[in-house]
Amino acid sequence: MSTARIVGWTVVALVLLALAVPWFLWGDAGTALGLPVWLWWHIGWMALASVVFAVFARTDWGLGIEEVRPRG
Amino acid sequence: MAETALQLGIVGGYMIVALVVGVVAYRLTDRTAEDYYLASRTLGTVVLLFTTFATLLSAFTFFGGPNLAYAAGPEWILVMGLMDGLIFAVLWYVLGYKQWLVGKRHGYVTLGEMLGDRFGSTSLRVVVAAVSLVWLFPYVMLQQKGAGQAIVGLTGGAVPFWVGAGGITLFMVLYVALSGMRGVAWTDTLQGLFMLSLVWVAVAWVLSAVGGAGAATAALAVEEPTFLGLGGGLYTPQYILSTAVSIAFGVTMFPQINQRFFAAGSKKVLQRTFALWPVLVLLLFVPAFMLGAWAAGLGVAVPEGGNVIPAILAEYTPTWFTALVIAGAMAAMMSSSDSMLLSGSSYLTRDLYRPLTGQDDARDEKTDRREALVARVGVVVFAALSFVASLYTPGTLVQIGDTAFSGFAQLTVPVALALYWRGTTQSGMFAGVLGSQLFYGLHVFPVVSTLAGAFGVDTGLPATYLGWTPGIVGILVGLLLTVGVSLVTTAAPEERVARFTDTEGLQAD
Repeated sequence: MSTARIVGWTVVALVLLALAVPWFLWGDAGTALGLPVWLWWHIGWMALASVVFAVFARTDWGLGIEEVRPRG
Repeated sequence: MAETALQLGIVGGYMIVALVVGVVAYRLTDRTAEDYYLASRTLGTVVLLFTTFATLLSAFTFFGGPNLAYAAGPEWILVMGLMDGLIFAVLWYVLGYKQWLVGKRHGYVTLGEMLGDRFGSTSLRVVVAAVSLVWLFPYVMLQQKGAGQAIVGLTGGAVPFWVGAGGITLFMVLYVALSGMRGVAWTDTLQGLFMLSLVWVAVAWVLSAVGGAGAATAALAVEEPTFLGLGGGLYTPQYILSTAVSIAFGVTMFPQINQRFFAAGSKKVLQRTFALWPVLVLLLFVPAFMLGAWAAGLGVAVPEGGNVIPAILAEYTPTWFTALVIAGAMAAMMSSSDSMLLSGSSYLTRDLYRPLTGQDDARDEKTDRREALVARVGVVVFAALSFVASLYTPGTLVQIGDTAFSGFAQLTVPVALALYWRGTTQSGMFAGVLGSQLFYGLHVFPVVSTLAGAFGVDTGLPATYLGWTPGIVGILVGLLLTVGVSLVTTAAPEERVARFTDTEGLQAD
């Protein structure tokens, strides 16, 4: 149970990190509402990260830290 | 002249406010080391959030960062977001929360103390503190130098460098020695809110003068067509990732940041701070760095060796407002330095002075009081030494200051392994910490090429490895060494594995 959650949240964290820079917009110079499109992605992504972090803090905070089981 | 008086007045006003805060904090401070360095582990959400934030930022937000955006495009916003908003937040949980639990349980005040206790090794404690101080000292010096130069610039040379740098040093010593962590954290909070408000007013002011963000961005597209496209020029994927990873890792091990992991009041405080982090980073860096980038489109000229933010503000806003922003940036420098002084002094007194003078970690009240006195002496000694260094500024010290982040970043992986992997051994820690420092140090200082030159061979270490910086490669070296050596050695009898993994002990509340 706890292992599945650790894996799940690790994947979420990795996705958040991996797409913090919108690699798929590399070289794109398009703008919208006065700002580069990639900057809008950044703004949305950081807001999303805050929401995800808040959800994690509410539901699974302590995961992998407080329930560390001694191995061996 | 009136402008100079105004600017000096604003800087002076800030100092007086900070001093008053220091005095109030002093009245609330017990005379114990834990209270002096950690405010007795009682910091609340807003204060912890902003004190970490203000400590992190220094003058880069107003000067260095916007200058980069002006010269190479605004992609540094993405570096900041990835670095401070995300990687640092993840480390905040993975390292910070764990350190907080362990620190609360066993009463640790410094990183070296924590590792030394777990691995039963005073030498490890001394090594970690010494490595940290080697990178911290020149960094503090650079702040003093920066503040001194800002005063020279502000007064057009009327106040000489040594008076400016010395005055600021004296002032910081006074209120750090007086108030400790509580005072530093409170002034940082004022400072952080001040900076955040200022930067938004600045953007609103400039954009309303030039006809909105659309017009400013359109001008940028005409003047610097490559700036709006993501990537290009300075910004390669390797550059973005190397910079973000090495600075985020480094920040975590900077004494003044790392020590804040021990200072949170409760689990709730750490949770809230963690979740607010990306938004705070967004709110500060997007406006500050876009101002720098827009300045390039608006044809703002930056004087040689000058900074873009004062230049664009001078063009579009009244003099008093520009003065206020410059004062804010100087205050930002001070708020970083005071935290560094305080933490540096704790490493100096607890991890070097105490073990080397043969004193143990006795925790009776009398020892505690004497300790707090020694700590204040430590602040004075540390600040005085770095002030003297700032007067002479040998080239090597400047180099160390510039490379400090990656130097600290070498500690992160061994520390993380120590916290989570029971198999980490004392020998593994020594190998990982010293090995990665050696690897990175050899790239920062031209030892190899100098030695080779002495034998008539023209060779040296590569500046990058397939586009990746030595700082990043060093982190991998540290990982391999810590894991590898831990696997082939066994735990020394004095090691206390359960210190970090004892489930009974690690309950939050």
